[in-house]
Amino acid sequence: MDFPSFYMDHLAGGRLIIGLIASLHVLINHPLAVGAYPLLTWMEWWAHKNNRPDIDQLAYKITFIVFIVTTTVGAMTGVGIWLSTSLFAPFAIGSLLRVFFWGWFAEWLVFISEVGLILWWFLTWKKANTPEKKRKHIKIGVALSIMSWLTMALIVAVLGFMMKPGEWNQTRAFWDAMTNPLYAPQLGFRTFIALMMGAVFVWFATFFFTKKKRGYEQGTGPRQLRNWVVYRMSHVVLVSLLGTYLFGTWYWSAIPETMKANSSVALLTQEFMSWHGQFQSLLGWTILVFAAIGLGGLGSSFLIPRWALLIPSLMGIWLLGHFERAREFMRKPWVIGEYMYSNGVHKDELAFLQSEGLLKHATYAKHREVTEANKVECGKDVFMLACSRCHSTTGLNGVIEKFTTMYGADKDWDSSGMALFIQGMHQTRTFMPPFPGNDKEAEALVAFIQQVRATRESLPGAQSTGVVVAPPTAPPAMTASSQP
Amino acid sequence: MTMIPLLANTPIPRDLPLPLPLPEGVLTVLLVIFFLVHILFVNLMVGGSVLVTFFEWLGRKDARWDRLAAAIGRTITVNKSLAVVMGIGPLLCINLVYTMQWYSANTLTGHAWLMIVPLVILAFLLTYLHKYKWESWSQGGWKWLHQLVGLAATLLLLFVPLIFLANVNLMLFPGEWEKVRGFFSSLSIGNVLPRYLHFIAASLAMTGLFLAGWFGREGHEIENTPGFTRPELRRIFYKVAAYVTLAQFVFGPLLLFTLPAAGITTQLYIIIVSGALVGLLTLWLLFRELKSGDDRIGRSYVQICVLFSFVVLGMGSGRHVYRQAALAPHQAEIKERTVHYAAALAAFNKQRAAAPPVEQTPEQLFMNCAACHAPNVKLVGPPLTEIAQIYAGNPDGIVAWAKAPGKKRPELPQMPPMIHLGEANLRKIAELMLEKGKAAQ
Ligand code: HEC
Ligand code: HEC
Repeated sequence: MDFPSFYMDHLAGGRLIIGLIASLHVLINHPLAVGAYPLLTWMEWWAHKNNRPDIDQLAYKITFIVFIVTTTVGAMTGVGIWLSTSLFAPFAIGSLLRVFFWGWFAEWLVFISEVGLILWWFLTWKKANTPEKKRKHIKIGVALSIMSWLTMALIVAVLGFMMKPGEWNQTRAFWDAMTNPLYAPQLGFRTFIALMMGAVFVWFATFFFTKKKRGYEQGTGPRQLRNWVVYRMSHVVLVSLLGTYLFGTWYWSAIPETMKANSSVALLTQEFMSWHGQFQSLLGWTILVFAAIGLGGLGSSFLIPRWALLIPSLMGIWLLGHFERAREFMRKPWVIGEYMYSNGVHKDELAFLQSEGLLKHATYAKHREVTEANKVECGKDVFMLACSRCHSTTGLNGVIEKFTTMYGADKDWDSSGMALFIQGMHQTRTFMPPFPGNDKEAEALVAFIQQVRATRESLPGAQSTGVVVAPPTAPPAMTASSQP
Repeated sequence: MTMIPLLANTPIPRDLPLPLPLPEGVLTVLLVIFFLVHILFVNLMVGGSVLVTFFEWLGRKDARWDRLAAAIGRTITVNKSLAVVMGIGPLLCINLVYTMQWYSANTLTGHAWLMIVPLVILAFLLTYLHKYKWESWSQGGWKWLHQLVGLAATLLLLFVPLIFLANVNLMLFPGEWEKVRGFFSSLSIGNVLPRYLHFIAASLAMTGLFLAGWFGREGHEIENTPGFTRPELRRIFYKVAAYVTLAQFVFGPLLLFTLPAAGITTQLYIIIVSGALVGLLTLWLLFRELKSGDDRIGRSYVQICVLFSFVVLGMGSGRHVYRQAALAPHQAEIKERTVHYAAALAAFNKQRAAAPPVEQTPEQLFMNCAACHAPNVKLVGPPLTEIAQIYAGNPDGIVAWAKAPGKKRPELPQMPPMIHLGEANLRKIAELMLEKGKAAQ
């Protein structure tokens, strides 16, 4: 990769941060935006039709929470995925932007309208005080619900594209991602689980706004209001549950096929198999818990205590998190399937770099040629370029830890064995990309790793220690071997 | 146009080998326009917050300022959200047009760049707290707390633009990248601080102009700002716009004359000076409005806004022209390097494709195992001597194992499956393994 390397040694290089931001975004966006907007709009509509100002009030109060959360944490984590990926994998996001420009552009337009609509909907709620104004106001809610769903549908396409290359590397076309075999099941699954979690959220929030108060007439008090919400939200949970189950199972059964089709990860690794099994049982348990809650809510709004509602929400969050991890499995060793490896090396330049050397063509490296004297420094740069997008040195998913598992903690590590392993690492561990350098660079990398093992020194990234630019290269790469 | 040669240690990276999705010129125009829309809302957010803080403070003596501050606060809710979403467009464009410079600047200021996310979230949450607690936190110590919350939000909103400015500035000077050690050190490169002053002043001027129209408009419910008449409100905010714009005639030249020479061109001067001239005209109109009586103030509002837009467009274009000129040599070198690299790569791949495919020898194939299996010593897995004993005369047993390794030795890690090498290759490896193992015994 030809960018300075952002790198945080103890957080697997920084990947963890992207993961955290992205998960937080999904956890807010799915239940609150995709799930809750349509439900709240529906409540507003029902209140209007049946002349129930108390329900309208309640919908407004819940919308206030949703508004605050989605326009702060929700919106900024969405932008944050982009900002953090820009640091961590600029080669990937830069390439995706070029190929997928119209997708992102459309996404932006939808996002603008989503934000505009939530502002409009929430801030004009109290001003809609005549039946005509109210009808118009409800329409804004409908538009908002559609837009937030569309935002998700587009993002899923972008993510699906990264997961399965489809025909992209031949045709480089936008629509390929939409015909990805995982697209429909993924989108359906996300839609229904969002509705399910959204319903539980509305239900949960209702408890806070329907505390017992004196002075209510029979039939309109907070208890009745709570009954009203719980009864209906249970229905939503039960119906969406069916959708979640159907789409979840479809996704579950489609995923190994897709993996098999992707030749480089043809063998289903044990890690994947266990993920796959866990997904199934997690899906089962989540559905069971939601079913219990839904059925309980149908019975009586007091059967299910407030804290119990946290269980399905946590299960849903867990399932979504687990679901998100699929991308990791599907993608490795690629960041863009069959086109670019996780470390930014292009498929078609791999053999070239292996023969010419990685450092020779790198911009942000201290030396271009490995010598006895600069071995460790070269190894450090090689590590940054070839390994640091997935591994840290001594921290999370650290190479030291990995080699310790292989060679033992109390023995010397055999340097030539390590170099052999590194050069064959893709053959041994197909989820790792092939080593993109020459023999000497593999040895330099080993020297660096041995030194880190001895000193435990942590490795700083370009954001703290800046970059070093090696003296200008000899005229680019017109060496004997590359001349026709 | 004279091109200033690049410094010796300027990094010349290879560009991504993918074409831009739109012609560069189109992207550039979009970049400038999207950026101006974004910065408009950023200006209103930042300027609005500063004015809210200031007026709330005045409001401690005279309650009508407090009401006015609250009314301004309500505009921020919308403006801040639009500032965020409208920021995505220019980010999209700058990523495309200046891929190699923009991402590099992001990385070099990486910690601060990441902090944008939590800082903005915090600022927005504080802004909401400030807005929705205005009534209930209005007495005694609570009022202090309320003002502190507002101040904290404002300070955060004043700081975040500095991070963006540092990036926008740093990307222009690749020759200086080697000197950067994180965000704070990047502030000493180029002329970030004059840019920042110019930006803050623009925020106040823009907000003044916006609020003069917002509170001066027919639809404004005057009872929300008790103690002020509509012309009074117009006058207050016209004053803000006018005096701050006057100050821009100091900050502007300061910015221009501290710009590093890299991108200074005649074209830049022409654009900036014409912008400044329109600015003068705007200023004249503003002061004429301020002098006119209550019945007439506000009648030139539309003209002022139109002229102001031209000033902004001029400054936005000037900013871009400078960037283009400053980065032209770098862009050209990047292009050259990218083309060269692509040519060398293509030649290499052509030659490789032409060469007859060499079948891997058993020795080469064995390299797939050699990292873990050595003749005599236990590396990761058992030595070949041991394997040769177990599988003497049974290479197929090795093949079967390698396709789906089991778990035998509790002290050793799991061996990865090797099925992707193919049965025929594994068979060759197995035979060689037995041979080597026997030889080593
Ligand atoms: C695509 C991301 C990726 C890249 C790039 C990558 N690795 Fe790995 N590597 C992994 C994963 C994932 C694992 C397995 C982690 C686990 O199972 O705990 C792994 C495991 C390892 C192991 C342990 C292997 C075993 O059999 O247990 C070593 C050693 C290792 N990597 C070294 C490296 C080195 C050296 C580099 C750089 C030349 C590198 N890796 C680049 C993802 C990567
Ligand atoms: C990442 C390291 C690694 C690589 C690469 C590796 N092995 Fe192994 N191998 C092991 C380990 C560890 C064991 C011991 C497993 C156990 O006993 O649980 C082992 C055990 C074996 C055994 C002994 C099985 C038995 O019945 O005791 C054979 C045979 C073998 N490997 C063959 C191969 C072949 C052939 C290859 C190359 C195609 C290969 N190995 C590559 C780590 C490796």
